[in-house]
Amino acid sequence: MENTSSEPSSAHAGDGVHERERLVKGNLSFHDVTEMVARHTEKKTPLTWYVLFTIAASMAGLLVVMLAYQVWNGVGVWGNNQPVGWGWPIVNFVFWVGIGHAGTLISAILFLFRQQWRTSINRSAEAMTLFAVICALIFPTFHVGRVWAVYWMLPIPNQMEMWPQFKSPLLWDVFAVSSYFIVSLMFWYVGLVPDLATLRDRAKGFWRKRIMGFFSLGWTGANRHWRNYEKAYLLLAGLATPLVLSVHSVVSFDFAVSILPGWHTTIFPPYFVAGAIFSGFAMVVTLLVIARKAYGLENLITIDHLEKMNIIILVTGTIVGFAYITEFFMAWYSGVEYEQYAFLNRAFGPYAWAYWIMMSCNLISPQLFWSKKLRRSIPVMFALSIVVNIGMWFERFVITITSLHRDFLPSSWGYFTPTWIDIGTFVGSFGLFFTLFLLFLRFVPMVAIAEVKGVMPQADPHAYEGDGHPTPGQTDVPYIQAEAEIDPSDDSRRRDSGEVRGGA
Amino acid sequence: MLKELTREVKASMGIYESNDDQVYGLLAEFSDPGALMHAAEAVRENGYTHFDTHSPFPIHGMDRAMGLGNSKVGYFTFAGGLTGFAVAYLLQWWTAAVDYPLNISGKPFFAVEPSVPILFELTVLFAAFGAVGGMLALNGLPRPYNPLFYSDRFERATDDGFFLHIAASDPQFDADDTAYMLRDIGALHVELVQDDGTAEV
Repeated sequence: MENTSSEPSSAHAGDGVHERERLVKGNLSFHDVTEMVARHTEKKTPLTWYVLFTIAASMAGLLVVMLAYQVWNGVGVWGNNQPVGWGWPIVNFVFWVGIGHAGTLISAILFLFRQQWRTSINRSAEAMTLFAVICALIFPTFHVGRVWAVYWMLPIPNQMEMWPQFKSPLLWDVFAVSSYFIVSLMFWYVGLVPDLATLRDRAKGFWRKRIMGFFSLGWTGANRHWRNYEKAYLLLAGLATPLVLSVHSVVSFDFAVSILPGWHTTIFPPYFVAGAIFSGFAMVVTLLVIARKAYGLENLITIDHLEKMNIIILVTGTIVGFAYITEFFMAWYSGVEYEQYAFLNRAFGPYAWAYWIMMSCNLISPQLFWSKKLRRSIPVMFALSIVVNIGMWFERFVITITSLHRDFLPSSWGYFTPTWIDIGTFVGSFGLFFTLFLLFLRFVPMVAIAEVKGVMPQADPHAYEGDGHPTPGQTDVPYIQAEAEIDPSDDSRRRDSGEVRGGA
Repeated sequence: MLKELTREVKASMGIYESNDDQVYGLLAEFSDPGALMHAAEAVRENGYTHFDTHSPFPIHGMDRAMGLGNSKVGYFTFAGGLTGFAVAYLLQWWTAAVDYPLNISGKPFFAVEPSVPILFELTVLFAAFGAVGGMLALNGLPRPYNPLFYSDRFERATDDGFFLHIAASDPQFDADDTAYMLRDIGALHVELVQDDGTAEV
């Protein structure tokens, strides 16, 4: 047991604390975990943060300028025109909503499946969900053209005495995405309350103490509270799970409920959901590879966590690729000439370049993760996660544009090209996303402190029977069998009682 | 009678009244989750009811040790879900079939099938409101003022400290006897928390 529990040195935090094969590495005490996470919200803001924030905020500024220009001049400044009425705005909307889904998947579905490794990554993944949904909502909001009338989408009594059309999939989308945002926000905040209380109790400044006191709601870690809290958290997870699956299904209804060749297929809901999870996990990997390095959290967000996410990327990428092929089969098997043409046109028509980018990024590239070595390699997974998101953007591009650009009559055929406003708006949405994510990293504990403590071996009250101290090596059951690689200094370290304060 | 009931309901939320001497309760610190759980069992067996444990994370098995039943958050969630379903059904039916019927391609003004997505979304949304609202209500949160915050040690309850608090409102509470009992079951440190802003050892 002891021998299997050491870890290749690549995951070292560089502080001389040794790794072992368990959820939290480095033989940390509870206080070390608090310290490792909380200090990043308390220390002086590093210069790098300011540099990155300036870049991100200027990109977000670009978004504001682009949107202002679009509102002033009208939707015509975008490339959308007949026959392609849904251009980049819808592509970007679906892209961002999809990215959001991994956060809920990690926080809710993995929670229900008792996948305790999620505790290190769920906070940042949920934050990513919220920010991605915010970015997503911008696009349909402005795509309506007259943004000042956007409240017509909501059932608000008004002077026209008219109501939204509830039979429209686009309205289902309004309800699905906004419910999703609200539920994700509540889920995230409920998870944050105990950690905000930790920050409150550590706060030195007058205002910081009061602001944290306000947001932590007077949390004291009382067991009477934990009891209701855990139940509420479980129920929220149970509610968020079907919700997240429904949201991308409803997004796919926007397409599937129409009667357009290439859109009108029953495969869309599961295929969209798999694609969403695929792109979302890729985004989580992209962000966490950077964040864990920058914040010295290699002991909490370990290489094993990243590997597990890469396995999910491999699985969902293959599901998505399978769906692409199934679509082709169904088009052929349906015997419908228009359906067959739509797919042949996708693969070999004027947008073949986009189709093959999609195929190679989404189906072929994740297959590299069959190799254990590659899926545990930080540079490989970082590059691949970006490739996957490029591929998933192109998937939405292919679905939206190729089905629209050649209508039933050749007289209404066209070729869509984006304008620089389209490009600027999309780039700007990344700016907004990174701005929000940087603010999150700066002000909010980026790892769920209380949850991580709860999965540490010494959190189990039965770990203390006997000599009154947790016995290292006995309570930790490796969840991935590591190749035995024993560091000679490891044994001496293990005899330490684990009271290495301060962590990384 | 009503006062008694209010007091018990508040006690179930972890909000206790201080006694005439402004004593809120005794706060004892224990070394680890295991010790805290055994202490909670001992306190319950000694007949105390107004007590609570405070830990940085939920401790598995503590509900049983403290003699607490199942949480009631589920009822709130279920009620929220039913409300959401009813709201979504009435909203879609009333707006489309009663208040402003619009004939679109001869489709029925209201039918269940196209209403399903919104029925589902609002059911989930309101159930989530019920879960969070119910959790806050049952916990008596937000609660900005809590006499336990007067204790400096108690700041570690959200870091790595494990505390047991016996409230002065408990019928069995006696500052000296209870403190003795707490030391007897292995408390590392016991302090008397008062509602007037002092905490003494």
